[in-house]
Amino acid sequence: MRRILLFLPLTLFVAIVLVFAFRLWAPGDTIVRSRMVGKPMPDFALKPIVPNHPGLAAGDLHAGQPRLVNVFASWCIPCRVEAPQLETVKARGIPIDAIAIRDKSADVTAFLKSNGDPFERIGDDPRSQVQFALGSSGVPETFVVDGAGIIRHQHIGEIRPEDVDGIIRAFEAAR
Amino acid sequence: MIAETALAALWLAAAMSVLQLLFGIIALRPGGGEIVPAMRPIAVAQALLVGLSFLLLIQLFLRTDLSVALVAENSHTMKPWLYKFAGAWGNHEGSMLLWVTVLAIAGAAVALFERRLPERTLIATLAAQASIGLGFYAFLLFSSNPFERLFPAPTEGNGLNPLLQDPGLAFHPPTLYFGYVGISIAFSFAVGALVTRDVGPAFARAMRPWVLAAWIFLTLGITAGSYWAYYELGWGGWWFWDPVENASLMPWLAATALLHSVTVLATRDGLRAWTVMLAVVAFSMSMIGTFLVRSGILTSVHSFAVDPERGAFILLLLALYIGGALALFALRVGTVKEGSTFDLVSREGALVANNLFLSAILGIVFVGTLYPLLIEALAGEKLSVGPPYFNKVAGPLALALVVVMAAGPLLRWRRDRIAEVARRMIVPLAVTALALTAVLLLAPGLGILPLLGLVLALGVGAASLAPLWKRNLRRTPLFTWGMVISHLGIAVSLAGMASEAAFTKETLVAARPGETVRVGPYSLRFDQVEPIAGPNWTAMEAKLTARRGDGGAFVLRPQARTFSSPRTDTSEAAIATRLDGQLYTVIGRADESGRWQLRLWWKPFVTLIWLGGALVAFGGLLSLIGRVRRRRRDQESHA
Amino acid sequence: MKPKTQRLFLLVLAIVAVLGAVLLAMSALKDQAAYFYAPADVAREGAPQGRNVRIGGMVRQGSIRRNADGVTIDFVVRDDSPHVINVRYRGIVPDLFREESGVVAEGRFQESGLFVADEILAKHDENYMPPQLDVKKGEHKSESLK
Repeated sequence: MRRILLFLPLTLFVAIVLVFAFRLWAPGDTIVRSRMVGKPMPDFALKPIVPNHPGLAAGDLHAGQPRLVNVFASWCIPCRVEAPQLETVKARGIPIDAIAIRDKSADVTAFLKSNGDPFERIGDDPRSQVQFALGSSGVPETFVVDGAGIIRHQHIGEIRPEDVDGIIRAFEAAR
Repeated sequence: MIAETALAALWLAAAMSVLQLLFGIIALRPGGGEIVPAMRPIAVAQALLVGLSFLLLIQLFLRTDLSVALVAENSHTMKPWLYKFAGAWGNHEGSMLLWVTVLAIAGAAVALFERRLPERTLIATLAAQASIGLGFYAFLLFSSNPFERLFPAPTEGNGLNPLLQDPGLAFHPPTLYFGYVGISIAFSFAVGALVTRDVGPAFARAMRPWVLAAWIFLTLGITAGSYWAYYELGWGGWWFWDPVENASLMPWLAATALLHSVTVLATRDGLRAWTVMLAVVAFSMSMIGTFLVRSGILTSVHSFAVDPERGAFILLLLALYIGGALALFALRVGTVKEGSTFDLVSREGALVANNLFLSAILGIVFVGTLYPLLIEALAGEKLSVGPPYFNKVAGPLALALVVVMAAGPLLRWRRDRIAEVARRMIVPLAVTALALTAVLLLAPGLGILPLLGLVLALGVGAASLAPLWKRNLRRTPLFTWGMVISHLGIAVSLAGMASEAAFTKETLVAARPGETVRVGPYSLRFDQVEPIAGPNWTAMEAKLTARRGDGGAFVLRPQARTFSSPRTDTSEAAIATRLDGQLYTVIGRADESGRWQLRLWWKPFVTLIWLGGALVAFGGLLSLIGRVRRRRRDQESHA
Repeated sequence: MKPKTQRLFLLVLAIVAVLGAVLLAMSALKDQAAYFYAPADVAREGAPQGRNVRIGGMVRQGSIRRNADGVTIDFVVRDDSPHVINVRYRGIVPDLFREESGVVAEGRFQESGLFVADEILAKHDENYMPPQLDVKKGEHKSESLK
């Protein structure tokens, strides 16, 4: 009896650790899903932020072919982290547009120079208005928009190397 | 070069902790006695190396060396220097480095100053300490390297969360960490004593100052954290039962229980197994607290940042240390010799009751904090547990605990007579009865918890002073003073909580400049709103002229601030402190017609909450000084 | 009392106390824990009465109405389903509370189906924070939606 009692704390502790471990590896639905997936792109028209890229308007995303829209900012560290993955995606023939959030022209130019430039169009969203309209809660985020301008997929946070396949699958599914 | 030097020092420190662990194991084996003298210098060298590494990290932050990833992610060239300095530990990697630095310094202090513990127990303690440190070194070096370089270096850093840009908060996490680490020493002592089967008064006396020191820091940390949440968040509350707050409360509850049971062990050689168990529990609670905060698994149903790798590492450490210690406990504690017995009506009896109540409250907070996790794991449902649960369940138990606290110090060790105790309790009981009558007459219709809180605060306050009754105050030992002041602090704090709950007045209005608003005894004229700018924020600032009766007018300037990097909106409450309470004002936004939302509170005697907390910590400090002084005297007379 | 009996007695007492506390806690949790509802959940299960719950969703475009007192607002929370929840809140809303943005509110349902919120927890910080960024206390309440 006593021996069993003495092992009771250990047993309880093991149970707690198991619950923690379960929660850690199956974090469940912890991410704010955009309510925009499955909906058309909201209407917007953004001016260019750098001279060598045109701006971005909702109409550009009705082109009959799916496209990626990357929401980024030059001041955002994770955006640096995902730059190589965007290059990989682009090398697979996927067109990428971008929205620069609260940014300055010179900073974006420097950012593209040092981190690579996979973008076709870059819209200037100085007050995060389009970002909010997209239901995006931070930078970076990446949207897959199909040929009819419907949002098919949203990736929150930086694209890590292990996320690239998922993005490409979502893109293929949107064709 | 600084970052590389610091990283090298960190590796060397980790190597020292490996040596410390290995030497400890060898020294405990038969015939291993000759390497015992090497243990102390190794512990000191480890502390020096890791201390150097931490100082260099601070240096990197002060210089804003953006080629270091950690600095770039958490700092900014525009930031005031104090926050650059505090930024060194205001992030995951830096705070882990601080953790292990404090741990190593505390280990060195044990090695240098602990002379009374049997040598074998000391060796086992240092080895246990080294194994804890080793886990954190591995964590830092393999998964959270604070000195990683970023190439190419960015031109500007990411900034620090504006909510963290606050002088009080800059020193809040380190305070808690000192507490956690102190508890880890108690844990190492407990493991050492289990290894050598030497659980007795000498072990308790060696452990007690560390428990006391840890407890002082935890008390300060919780008190400061509560005040921070109160003035910084602008919601007028002082405790939200947030998981992060609970993570600091749980170790405190366990440490408080440990502090009292270690006294029984030191004075009367009782509660041996229980004290060892509590040391393990207290350390588990600080590890679990660290885990919950660091892994982010508990923030909310809607949080981003869950980092499985990092959480997994801490969970692994938690499982190794606590699982190991509990297994050791289960196997060894049966062979620990039994302590002495005592009567139920005695100081020991009251301390056991204290421990039971504290453990029960700890269990309740623990279950409430982890319940959402459990339900989501088992049933897949999302829910949150908030103040209604904690107040309803833990509140009554806390009040019962406070009653025990009032009676305990008036009981004698070993055995006491109830009639005698009642005689000593006459004055506090009379005060309680008077307070009850007064509160019922003057403030009828209070809720049961605030009513009991007010009455008990007065009665317990009187009782906590009773041990000084008819004593020569000059001859009263410092640690008795410490106990009296700490207990008084609890009563003072309780009075503040009850008063805040019972008498707070709140006004929420939309007002145009020029209008006058009333709250409690004050009338406030809303003069104007103007935009202002700080180093990295802009704000709308209201000017409120407050007046109480015919008294002099004074100005309050609450702000709605917007920080630039990273962009965040916060509200800065303006608070006026008076002897009998605080006037707390918050400004919201304007509506279309040009009216501004104003939220005003008059909180009578709310400051007593934190004043009480400070008294509790001060009492702990007096006790600590008293204990250390007495030990030094004893050691000198032994020599 | 013999030493051995006392030891066992204390051990059992301790275990009973802690287990008792845990059981008490569990039973209280049944009544006090605030479950999370989206508009679709309310439509499916009915509005829970007489207990605190959390609701969440998006603030519907054009639905925020400020009452005459200037401090009470009404708004409509929607999700992907055709259902909505009408919400009333008296107080200062977080600055990032706006239309077509996510919101979580804690409070109670009235019998009429109106949700009276005691607290609005909107996201506080619009920037993405890398996982390792220490937000500690910053994860308090209104940041929890981040």
